[in-house]
Amino acid sequence: MPPLFTELASRFRTLAPAVDYAALRVVEQTSDVVSVRQDVPEPPNTTIDRGAMVTVMDGGGLGYAATSDLSDAGLSWAISRARDWARSTGANSVFGGRTPAMPALRGAYASPVTRPVPASKAERLELLLSESRAAKIDPRIVDWAASLWTTHVRQLLVTAGGAESTQEFLLTVPGLHVTAHEGSLSQTRSWGGRYNGFCQQGGLEVLSRAGFSGAGRRTAEEALELLAAPNCPTGKYDVVLMPDQMMLQIHESIGHPIELDRILGDERNYAGTSFVTLDMFGSYAYGSSLLNVTYDPTRPEEFATFAHDDDGALAEKHYLIKGGVLLRPLGGTVSGARAQMPSVATARASSWNRPPIDRMSNLNVEAGTSSLDDMIASTDDGVLLRTNVSWSIDDSRNKFQFGCEWGRRIRKGRLAEVVRNPNYRGISANFWRSLAMVGDPSTVEVMGTPFCGKGEPNQVIRVGHASPPCKFTGVDVFGAEQ
Amino acid sequence: MSRARDAFYALTEHGARSLTGKQVLLANYAGEESDFVRLNRAKVRQAMTIRQGNLTLSLVEGGRRDSTTLSLSGELDVDRAQVTASVRSMQDGLAALPEDPFLLYSTEPSRSDRVDPGTLPSPDVALSTVLGGGEGTDLVGIYASGPIQRGFASSLGHRHFHEVSSFQLDWSLYQSTDKAVSNSYATSRFDVAELRARMAAARAQLEHLARPAKTVEPGNYRTYLSPAALSELVLLFNWGGVSAKAQRTKTSALQRLADGEARFSPRFTLRERTAEGLAPAFDEVGFEKPPSVDLVALGRHAGALVSPRTAREYGIVANAGAEETLASADVEPGALPESDVLAALDTGIYVSNLWYLNFSDRANGRVTGMTRFATFWVEHGRIVAPLNVMRFDDSLYRLLGSELRDFTRERSVIQSTSTYGQRSVETLTLPGALIDSVSFTL
Repeated sequence: MPPLFTELASRFRTLAPAVDYAALRVVEQTSDVVSVRQDVPEPPNTTIDRGAMVTVMDGGGLGYAATSDLSDAGLSWAISRARDWARSTGANSVFGGRTPAMPALRGAYASPVTRPVPASKAERLELLLSESRAAKIDPRIVDWAASLWTTHVRQLLVTAGGAESTQEFLLTVPGLHVTAHEGSLSQTRSWGGRYNGFCQQGGLEVLSRAGFSGAGRRTAEEALELLAAPNCPTGKYDVVLMPDQMMLQIHESIGHPIELDRILGDERNYAGTSFVTLDMFGSYAYGSSLLNVTYDPTRPEEFATFAHDDDGALAEKHYLIKGGVLLRPLGGTVSGARAQMPSVATARASSWNRPPIDRMSNLNVEAGTSSLDDMIASTDDGVLLRTNVSWSIDDSRNKFQFGCEWGRRIRKGRLAEVVRNPNYRGISANFWRSLAMVGDPSTVEVMGTPFCGKGEPNQVIRVGHASPPCKFTGVDVFGAEQ
Repeated sequence: MSRARDAFYALTEHGARSLTGKQVLLANYAGEESDFVRLNRAKVRQAMTIRQGNLTLSLVEGGRRDSTTLSLSGELDVDRAQVTASVRSMQDGLAALPEDPFLLYSTEPSRSDRVDPGTLPSPDVALSTVLGGGEGTDLVGIYASGPIQRGFASSLGHRHFHEVSSFQLDWSLYQSTDKAVSNSYATSRFDVAELRARMAAARAQLEHLARPAKTVEPGNYRTYLSPAALSELVLLFNWGGVSAKAQRTKTSALQRLADGEARFSPRFTLRERTAEGLAPAFDEVGFEKPPSVDLVALGRHAGALVSPRTAREYGIVANAGAEETLASADVEPGALPESDVLAALDTGIYVSNLWYLNFSDRANGRVTGMTRFATFWVEHGRIVAPLNVMRFDDSLYRLLGSELRDFTRERSVIQSTSTYGQRSVETLTLPGALIDSVSFTL
């Protein structure tokens, strides 16, 4: 444990009040962003963010206070403020006068790193420039950019009751995109999506696993390919969603609807409600029998793997949907107690200045038995879709419309021409029941996003999604206007 | 007096003392002390106070630039030590960075100071008023209260500080499932009586949602978008639409407008009007923003938001911050009196709120999104029933162009409720919009 954390844990225990529950969560986060655009380095930035949040539960009330002042005076102010909030809200809280039983965990976690990212910003820029320079392969390439964002996070969670744990994360988020333009048409192709789908825990090995080497030229070639491609046709087709679209499909139409705080109504003023209700768990057919979805904190490289959540609950793998049947919500300790439902360790905060709420963490579709070749060969008339570019879904997480960067027609069991601007729409409650084939373990890709937004006050958080490609039947597909 | 301002200037001066040769230090500050109380079913879900202040230091020398953002503790000695360490660390690495050909910052020192402490309620008053107003209802939402600060200073002598205080309640009253009345009350002069009156008025609107909901078939419908609904469309312009860089690289969602291939209705005029908003009038590198920038004038492309970096790259004049997004959007009003909206709509869809908009065909300005909260089916100028949520998918050039009938004469000022990382100071001033035909698809 860093000396600062040891000292803070000791000081907090000395200062902590006599209440039902008191905890201190300290977050120290150093982020480095370097980027290049059109082979010109953009100004780099380092962010050193450090602060602490105090949680007090007492008499059914719950209060928080957060500060970057880690002196005794700062901690005392935060403890006092959090206790005042707990006292002033206890009679009117959603807990009905009862303080939830909170976990009391001791432990530690550290991201696995085999090849550290160079500390020098100049070296990082050179890494990006090697791919950026390879992207300008044609006069029609009008814009191109690459970025690398690394974050080193150290967290301490200590309770007045004796629980104490530390976690250390190294997160690597690469990105690259290329725009081709001709006449009045522009097409942008990205490597891993415009929202950094190849994010993982680890160092340079994250870039290697995602195929960074060669990505500049490859992405430029695909942008030009899209420029020459016809529009995606309109009609009902079988679709094969590749992992970089599956992650969005899982996220929006399984992950958010089964978040327990949404089901309990906390998010109705902002992120929305859910078509899922408490009585559905244990019996509701969410998808076909091929659908198996897990909350999985056990993949070391996945973006939101950790040992415990920000309330101190132990992270363990659980099936949320098995054989198509909805079993368990994505809810942390507090939501689980309110709903009297089993919880998973997924109460998380975006940083020291926001309180934990129910998040997705790693939400994965488990592998099936089909090869990608099997899925294509079994499709008479369909479209294969890669890389999300547009997403929209109603506030109950039911009626959705998603768009992809890249499509390819499938005719009589064979891949045919590339198509641009493919979109599809559907209804979550029906869509997953049309799941017809699930890729085998060799087809699984581990992806994620650093940008899942939710909560009041708003929080953006890291989530992981591992998935094989999947085939769905009879989907409404359409293309662009012209 | 502002303690935050004094500390910010003192830390900038402290950092500047470490400079050598022709080095320049630019400093940006973003801080707040906020109470947030989150509510569900008219009960408190989470209550908190957050104190935060972030200082971004940029070291410039010989065309090279590096920057570091720090969380300030508020203890001057601790923060001085952080600043010294950061400046030295950047000094050590700066020579290894390549020169930045597009680096542009203000070299003419300027000053501005706007500090409005406002009149904000104590936590007890705020909490009791909100809980009292929601008693017996299914109220869900959040209130935020406290000061927000932004600043820019430099070793060249710039000194800009902007502090506004606000109380903001953003809430929904639920009738059932996804049917609700959504409201927002934002003020720098808190008034208990006004908040109570607004909460009572919102409660009275619930009666419209108590009727059995109607579902309409996909198709084209005459539609009224309230100012809140229209704001969602205008906010999409921030996704590269009004950005000069996006327009120059042919990736703008308004590319056809910028290239003169398409136009909006002559009734549509959009400006970035810094002089009327809550956002600061200075940017991240010390330039003062113009009071107003025309973006769409009488339906035609009139300009774009140009960051200093884009200005240097393309040889044009800077007029906006680094993100090239709207911070004080202003849409000109029309001639339709708000009181005549239902009669003018006649038969169609009244949309109070839109939700989760995105582009379904960015190059052609085609967008999709959902209706949310209170949406009504109207017949012969009367509300008949609440409408179940519908998806629309249509072109901005139809919605704000060929199909735009009129804007309302009255406008609303909508203060952003965004609190990602920090509370927003962005505003939109805009009317409602009556549209002859909107394509609903699902």
